Amino acid sequence: MIVTVASGKGGTGKTTVATGLAVAVATALDQEQAPADGTVQLIDCDVEEPNAHLFLKPAIQARREVGVLTPVVDQAKCNGCRRCAEVCAYHAIAVLGSEVLVFDELCHGCGSCATNCPERAIREELRVTGVVEEGRSGPIAFAHGILNVGEAMAVPVIRELKRRQAKNGPDRLVIRDAPPGTSCPVVECLRGADYALMVTEPTPFGLHDLRMAVGVARDELGLPVGVVINRDGVGDRGVEEYCRREGIPVLMRIPLDRRIAEACSEGVPLPVALPEYLGTFLSLYRRLQEGVGR
Amino acid sequence: MKQIVVLSGKGGTGKTTVAASLAHLASRQGRVVLADADVDAANLELLLAPRQIEVHEFTGGKLAVIDQGRCMGCGACEAACRFGAIVPNQGDFRADRFRIDSHACEGCAACVYSCPANAIRMEDQVAGRWFVSETRFGPLAHAHLFAGQENSGKLVTRVKQRAREIAQEEVRDYVIVDAPPGIGCPVIAACSGADLALLVAEPTVAGVHDLERMLATTDHFRVPALVAINKHDLNPARAREIDLFCKSLGVPVVARIPFDTTVTEAMVQGRTVTEHADGPLSKELERLWAALLTHIEGAKACT
Repeated sequence: MIVTVASGKGGTGKTTVATGLAVAVATALDQEQAPADGTVQLIDCDVEEPNAHLFLKPAIQARREVGVLTPVVDQAKCNGCRRCAEVCAYHAIAVLGSEVLVFDELCHGCGSCATNCPERAIREELRVTGVVEEGRSGPIAFAHGILNVGEAMAVPVIRELKRRQAKNGPDRLVIRDAPPGTSCPVVECLRGADYALMVTEPTPFGLHDLRMAVGVARDELGLPVGVVINRDGVGDRGVEEYCRREGIPVLMRIPLDRRIAEACSEGVPLPVALPEYLGTFLSLYRRLQEGVGR
Repeated sequence: MKQIVVLSGKGGTGKTTVAASLAHLASRQGRVVLADADVDAANLELLLAPRQIEVHEFTGGKLAVIDQGRCMGCGACEAACRFGAIVPNQGDFRADRFRIDSHACEGCAACVYSCPANAIRMEDQVAGRWFVSETRFGPLAHAHLFAGQENSGKLVTRVKQRAREIAQEEVRDYVIVDAPPGIGCPVIAACSGADLALLVAEPTVAGVHDLERMLATTDHFRVPALVAINKHDLNPARAREIDLFCKSLGVPVVARIPFDTTVTEAMVQGRTVTEHADGPLSKELERLWAALLTHIEGAKACT
């Protein structure tokens, strides 16, 4: 089962829920029998601001540079025909006289320039825009991506990260921790998932952004959606009423509690700080399994 | 005219709460234009009750469309596409062999050039709408990117461009930009051309980590930065860590905003904190605005 933890609004507790779920399920399996490799995997897909490693403190075992394949022009072979600039949808190539200029940051790596060059004067080289790291945190398999500072495109790093995803199966749990928002990086995190778990807070901002996120996950991508209400008790009844009206199940509630806020501020997974949450997260896991089955 | 961008890296640290209060305070002293650069989760309008005066369509990227009548089903497009956007249809072989996954398509047109039957064309995509509205503090440029669309950076640039135009036309003193979280393309677009960046940070391990990356980003784009620590009393040790880190970089920490449930109360009533109450929270936000003014005037003196 692949669960993407998303939210629309930032700072609602996605990483708290993603890491809490991973720790609780891995702990429960550990008590029955040592879980096989990749039974529980957490992939932090927020490559702009990755935080899950601060909670899980994984030992990193592998590190790989990733990026975008960008064109390198062999000026000796180039006859200045401008075909590469014509086919580039991103204006990443310009031909000035006999010289071809490549604007690396604009390139999406589609390969059209190289494929369409009649002189075969273009080869592609990986332009590194980030890294993907893999490791373990106890029984939890861990992976995250880190976008280099100053780079605009998160999606190529997320795509590489998804290639590191463990095999899916009914007795396996892959958790993808998504970035906030509803645009292309979030879509990439939701694509191929079995369930979208939305973490929100019961405020007007939380509700507004939840609706946007549901618009992507349920209405655009057709995924089953459930909600975790964090800081339950603050704000108003808007989220509650919206979920009831839309038939979206509220799978878990986390109250506004200073102990929780303090644990999160120090990067302590919720079931470690407050063991009573082991059971809460396990029942969330069961409800996710039911939700996917349906 | 001076442009101030409110940033955070990490989401949910209080950017919009701070930006809206600054808009209120700025409007009492000068003439201000607001820009909501968080186009996929625009929240400023929830506090400002905007009255729309302009609506525009935003054409984002392009999307490949297959003319099924011409398609021979050769599969050249599938081989050419690096984004997995050409999907073979299952079932009856006489049915359309391929379709476009619009969420995966990056609009590169590699498929168009690969198709021997000229069966694929690119179509413009309306990816969102952008608006100019009137609010009680001044004009607001804002936008809604449609669910799951690309090119949020381009839309942010559009919104900001209009905000600047209005500021020039109407001779307004400040443009206040509320940025999205993260450090990628919409954030870079939100930062571009800013005279000053205010980074709202929270005293948590994640907040410290994200602040470091955000400050590296403003440094990369050479935007002068100031820091406000929000909910500083939640974890004084981490707040101190932010202080020391900022000091080591020579970045001023200009406000320490206390945790206060007034923030949520004000939000529920659709008001800014500084309109809602005049407790310690509002006092600190007033101090913050004064500090921003000092720094912006300083920046002016240098140039």
